[in-house]
Amino acid sequence: MNIDENDIPALARGCAVLGTGGGGGVRAGSLASIRAVRESGPVPLVRLADLPDDALVVPLSGIGAPTVSHEMIHGEDEPRRIAEEIERLFGRPPAAIMSSEIGGANGVAPVAWAARLGLPLLDADGMGRAFPEVQMVSMYVAGIPADLVIMSDVAGNVVTIRPVDGLWSERIARAVCVAAGSHALMSDYVLTAGRARGAVIEGTVTRALEVGRVTEGAAEPLEALRGLLKAARLVTGKLTDVERRTTGGFVRGTATIEGTGDDRGRRLTLELQNENLVAVEDGKVRAMVPDLITVVDTETATAVQTEGLRYGQRVTVLAWPCDPLWRTPKGLETAGPRAFGYDLDYVPVEELTAHG
Amino acid sequence: MADLRIGIDVGGTNTDAVVLDAGGRVIAKAKRPTTPEVTGGLRAALDAVLAELEGGGGGRGDVTRVMLGTTHATNAILERRGLGRVAVVRLGAPATTAVPPLSDWPDDLRAAVSAGEAIVPGGHYVDGREISPLDLDAVRRFLDGVRADAVAVSGVFSPADDAHERRVEELVRAEYGLPVSVSHEIGSLGLLERENATVLNAALYGVAGHVTDALVTALAERGLGARPYLAQNDGTLMTLEHAARLPVSTIGSGPANSLRGAAYLSGVADAVVVDVGGTSTDLGVLSGGFPRESAAAVEIGGVLTNFRMPDILAIALGGGTVARPHAVGPDSVGYRITREALVFGGTTATMTDAAVSAGRVPPGADGWRDRLRHDMSEEIADILESAVTRADSMVIDAVDRMTLGRTDRPLVAVGGGAFLLPDRIPGVSRVIRPEHAEVANAVGAAIALASGRVDTILPAGESRTEAIESAKEEARARAVAAGADPAGVEIVDLLEVPLSYLSEPAVRVHVKAAGPLSR
Repeated sequence: MNIDENDIPALARGCAVLGTGGGGGVRAGSLASIRAVRESGPVPLVRLADLPDDALVVPLSGIGAPTVSHEMIHGEDEPRRIAEEIERLFGRPPAAIMSSEIGGANGVAPVAWAARLGLPLLDADGMGRAFPEVQMVSMYVAGIPADLVIMSDVAGNVVTIRPVDGLWSERIARAVCVAAGSHALMSDYVLTAGRARGAVIEGTVTRALEVGRVTEGAAEPLEALRGLLKAARLVTGKLTDVERRTTGGFVRGTATIEGTGDDRGRRLTLELQNENLVAVEDGKVRAMVPDLITVVDTETATAVQTEGLRYGQRVTVLAWPCDPLWRTPKGLETAGPRAFGYDLDYVPVEELTAHG
Repeated sequence: MADLRIGIDVGGTNTDAVVLDAGGRVIAKAKRPTTPEVTGGLRAALDAVLAELEGGGGGRGDVTRVMLGTTHATNAILERRGLGRVAVVRLGAPATTAVPPLSDWPDDLRAAVSAGEAIVPGGHYVDGREISPLDLDAVRRFLDGVRADAVAVSGVFSPADDAHERRVEELVRAEYGLPVSVSHEIGSLGLLERENATVLNAALYGVAGHVTDALVTALAERGLGARPYLAQNDGTLMTLEHAARLPVSTIGSGPANSLRGAAYLSGVADAVVVDVGGTSTDLGVLSGGFPRESAAAVEIGGVLTNFRMPDILAIALGGGTVARPHAVGPDSVGYRITREALVFGGTTATMTDAAVSAGRVPPGADGWRDRLRHDMSEEIADILESAVTRADSMVIDAVDRMTLGRTDRPLVAVGGGAFLLPDRIPGVSRVIRPEHAEVANAVGAAIALASGRVDTILPAGESRTEAIESAKEEARARAVAAGADPAGVEIVDLLEVPLSYLSEPAVRVHVKAAGPLSR
């Protein structure tokens, strides 16, 4: 299957839903992808099973401050420089590009990067959603050492880091990113197709496309989306309060949704930290990270990003299970509620929502 | 009776004009249909209001200022008519090349406007360093190869550092003699949206010249020696010289004028304003006498821009909206209301009929109720009754969306269809119906101030206070440049937003200054 120009709007919508409120805006990535595909042709979407064991898979993502990414957009050459560096290091060229994070901007932009490199896009990613920190990826959970990070910036610099672990990887990559003007393209966990099996979350590009398409022309977009995701509808109502505060470089906040219609009288609060992390009703947790919680417009089923939350919006909060990898002890240690500072024992969303 | 002001507002359906005396009282008002080319309706409204003024013993020689809010620019973009060809220069290479200028424009608008696009070395990083030294020769090579009426320049992070944009502006003026639009004067952070607004601005220079000429000619023909001003989208005014440089700021001036007029006529500075027209109702919020601005990007003619516009919620409900057994609108009989509505002897049940049958009658139209009572079938009566219920719940829902949960503010009802609104609306403290409410937008234009604004990124550390002071100074200077009296300029808005993910703490600062026009 190929991804062509006409697939990109659906992919962008799907990535926004899987972004659980974060992951960055999909607009610039969509425009870059449409342009790249027009100029370089459609991008083949390949499965891991299609690749030989020694094929090099390159996970790519943008790293930096959202405010900067809206102002200083990527150049065209960053992916090429990373690919060249990988060829120098490994003695052979990359075989496929992979999105590190399917949720948000980093789910759409890889189509542009793959098109520019003339490489296929792997139908997989490292999260199945969006997360704020670089060690919150499936490759880390699978125990693949974070011993190589390659970054390229708009100026043409290429930085290769050999960190001792994932936390150092995050620390040094952030410092390089700041020096590069708070915006860079990054590849970490470069891996062979053989090692990628079981260490990446497969089928997520197809999933994002399905999610984006299911609401297209649907008579009841919300029901169509909920059905496809097999999501629990936590509440349908009106956004009555959004409180934001910046701490430790991240925007944290709380959003309150008061039920309307059949949900009248109910009140759900969402804890936000770039993404929607915990949903609480009547003092009881209804869903929590790493399960996916997305706020969508009740009428159109379009995802609403955390920074786009405004009083008075008519929204529905959907929650559905994360990839099983995130429910392993290492997965929960990496991206469970405690990794975000919430003193909660993880309970799967299916159990929390079983009786309501 | 010296020092009279005339306010004119060109709306979608009507062109309204008012004369205010030195004490700010409305002494003449007129409403005329808006004509397709706009200028005809403007002249008609101006003639009508002058006739009323002179009929009441006033003299046109006493008119010192004329303020115009117009839709010329909006119409030009929507209809792709009269737009200039723009050479688009972005300063940012090697950054930003993944998404070139105008990537998201509709093809026909791009074809009508673009003379060519280039991304040349220049622009700044978020921390103030240059991305590349500015390459003026690359700008020359590009401009030598295109035929353009104007040039638009957008530099990466120019709202924080405008040096590169200014140098290109000087070059274009000196070497090419073309008008230049620079993005730091137009929008805030968000390169693509600011660039879009800058290109639209450059494309509108010809239209702006046409509006200015039409206004100046109309005034001269009528022997008016008044100084003319144009209204902009934040509810303030600019001189014609200023408007000639920033025509894009006239877009959206109508709702802003209506909000400011409502504040003035009601004497309330914090309120929800509901402007009911013939086909739609606009809701906005007054905060400190100025329109609350939208946080979201605004689309004009299919192009996303980021200049600040009043936060307006429009619903398809007006005096001409058609009432049916189980629905209200969204269609309207529009200007045909005086033939088609039941109260005017027509056969279409409209919201005007529904309101009148519920006892809501426009001022001075008490006879309408009797006109309606004759031979009304039970079916029609039912339709009208349910239409009122539906319309009220549409308004209540919209008011709730705009009030952000605060229920202590009043609602000011303005516009020709204000009588549609009920006297009690949940979510507001009371409903105010000021005199002259039907021409609130023209009043808003007549009483507007001149303003200037600055939107930039500043360090959040020790130098913050000083940096904010200098941003305030710049905003004041811009207000004076727009026509404000230096003695009367005040900072009316100061907004600080902390930025995430940056190494050095930084804040985004938005400052707005405004003051009365200088004499």
